[in-house]
Amino acid sequence: MSTANTQTSAPGRSDLRWLWISLMVFSVAALAANAFLRKDGMAHRYVEVIEFERVEAKAVVESGANATGTETAQTEWVDPTDARLANGTLRLVEGVAPIKWKLHKDVASTTEANETSARRAAGDMSAPVVELSMWNSLGVWAAALLTLGIFSFLYRDNPYYKVSESLLIGSSAAYWMINGFWTTIVPNLFGKLAPDVVRAYAIPSLPVSEHPGLDAGLAFVPLILGFMLIWRLAPKGGWIAVWPLAFIIGTTAGLKLVSSIESDLMAQVVATMKPMVVFTAPSTSAVASSAVSAVNFWATVGSLVGVVGVLSVLTYFFFSVEHKGAVGKAARLGVWFLMITFGSAFGLTVMGRITLLAQRLEFLFNSWLNIN
Amino acid sequence: MLRRTIPMLILAASGILLVVAYFSPFTTSWSETVLGWFNVLAAVAFVLGAGNLLAVNLELVSARRAGWAYALITLLSFAAMFVFGLFKIGVVPNPDHPNVYFAGDYESSQSAFGWVYEYIFSPLTSTMFALLAFYVASAAFRAFRAKNIEAILLLSTAFIVLIAQTAGGMFLTGWIPEDSMFAFLRFDWMKVGITEYIQTAGMRAITIGIALGIAATSLRLILGLDKSYLSKN
Repeated sequence: MSTANTQTSAPGRSDLRWLWISLMVFSVAALAANAFLRKDGMAHRYVEVIEFERVEAKAVVESGANATGTETAQTEWVDPTDARLANGTLRLVEGVAPIKWKLHKDVASTTEANETSARRAAGDMSAPVVELSMWNSLGVWAAALLTLGIFSFLYRDNPYYKVSESLLIGSSAAYWMINGFWTTIVPNLFGKLAPDVVRAYAIPSLPVSEHPGLDAGLAFVPLILGFMLIWRLAPKGGWIAVWPLAFIIGTTAGLKLVSSIESDLMAQVVATMKPMVVFTAPSTSAVASSAVSAVNFWATVGSLVGVVGVLSVLTYFFFSVEHKGAVGKAARLGVWFLMITFGSAFGLTVMGRITLLAQRLEFLFNSWLNIN
Repeated sequence: MLRRTIPMLILAASGILLVVAYFSPFTTSWSETVLGWFNVLAAVAFVLGAGNLLAVNLELVSARRAGWAYALITLLSFAAMFVFGLFKIGVVPNPDHPNVYFAGDYESSQSAFGWVYEYIFSPLTSTMFALLAFYVASAAFRAFRAKNIEAILLLSTAFIVLIAQTAGGMFLTGWIPEDSMFAFLRFDWMKVGITEYIQTAGMRAITIGIALGIAATSLRLILGLDKSYLSKN
């Protein structure tokens, strides 16, 4: 039976293979036609080129009509067109070459890039310099192919998806590690252990501490705990990592104990304890004519629903009393409130995901294929 | 002593200090110092995570186990992103300090790290989340069955909230005048009523429950009643 199945299904697989090959060839041909036959091509990214130049200057603190002025030791890097250089408040440091670089700012669309280039070609020198960015165009191709790679999982698990997934895992791990390094470890750990070095090579604007010695001493605590945490990777002595782990758990517990009571429990209780009957805010003329304003029916119903909902759901969560009689009925009502809450949350989540999907499709059609 | 007592003391001391610091202004600077240490350790935890990822994938590659080629891609993408970010390759100089190489923004779009973030990491992450749209819808189609009142409430609420956010909602009930007594039958009105009143009440009760749970768990940890974090060691 199984042999017969194998024999009958073999030609079917072969047909499917040819179908996929045909589809691939057609896709590549269509992409090539779209890229080379259309005027604006596809996946083109343009950038506005902004030139920067900085010169090193010293402040002149004392200048008179006949004096040359006294320069401070402190230097700063300024634009050569800075007004302070012209009026003598700043003076160039001799022997230091200016530093120049180009900043590439993304142009929103090909149309905008073409219009700007046309203006400049027509002699309008106020129009910025716009050029095609090969790296960014290549980036659009990479992003599009990886997007399709992830979407290919909708068919089934396949190597194309797995390559995209592996790239995501590797880049994600390195991204968060580098992010933590430059935003936390460098300023908060190295910046306290060796502030002068960090100021000279990484963060010139690092604030000067009033107690550098004490800060450096205290910074040894997270340094040692950090090494102990990484010790978890060692084959032996994994228990050493429990000390920093205990510190992390203790700090989180201390923070959450207070913040959850203050901002979640108390804030939600306060938000629930509002007047049951809501009155419409009287207009100025109404205040003059009558001191009593009208009851806002729907707002009052909403207020009542809020109180009843919170109390009934809390009754359902309260397991110290058996859910029977009045308590049981209140708990049942609480379950209904929860079901509506979950249904609504589900609907909003699905719509959020569909919005993301629409954005990815928009990227593929607009930014990559250039089909607007 | 080293494996149980000291970790419990560290946990209790750090937890109690932060609780006391909330009530006493004299200990505010202590809590700021402790929070600074916490942030550094949280950043070091990423190093630990990355180290673990490397160990697992290097083992797969060296032993040529199934899927080693994908592990190699993971390692290469990690190494590339790591080198780009650590050495700030291609970073635009900081206009205020152009002479300090490492003062530039590591995430600037012109840098190699920024390029990988914009064209590899970000599209992959958002597509991964977008993919969930299909699976959530498919799971809902299979799981949602109107078997009892609770299921009907869940199903109908999800339907109303979904259709109210599409053109279908306006097409079906948009003709009902907003100032008429039947305006509450409009899908957009129903959605506002559900999310603003009923969902708010439900979420409020859930938040209160979670807050009580967090407070109780935190207290158990600080007082040393919960020692589960020590169990594997």
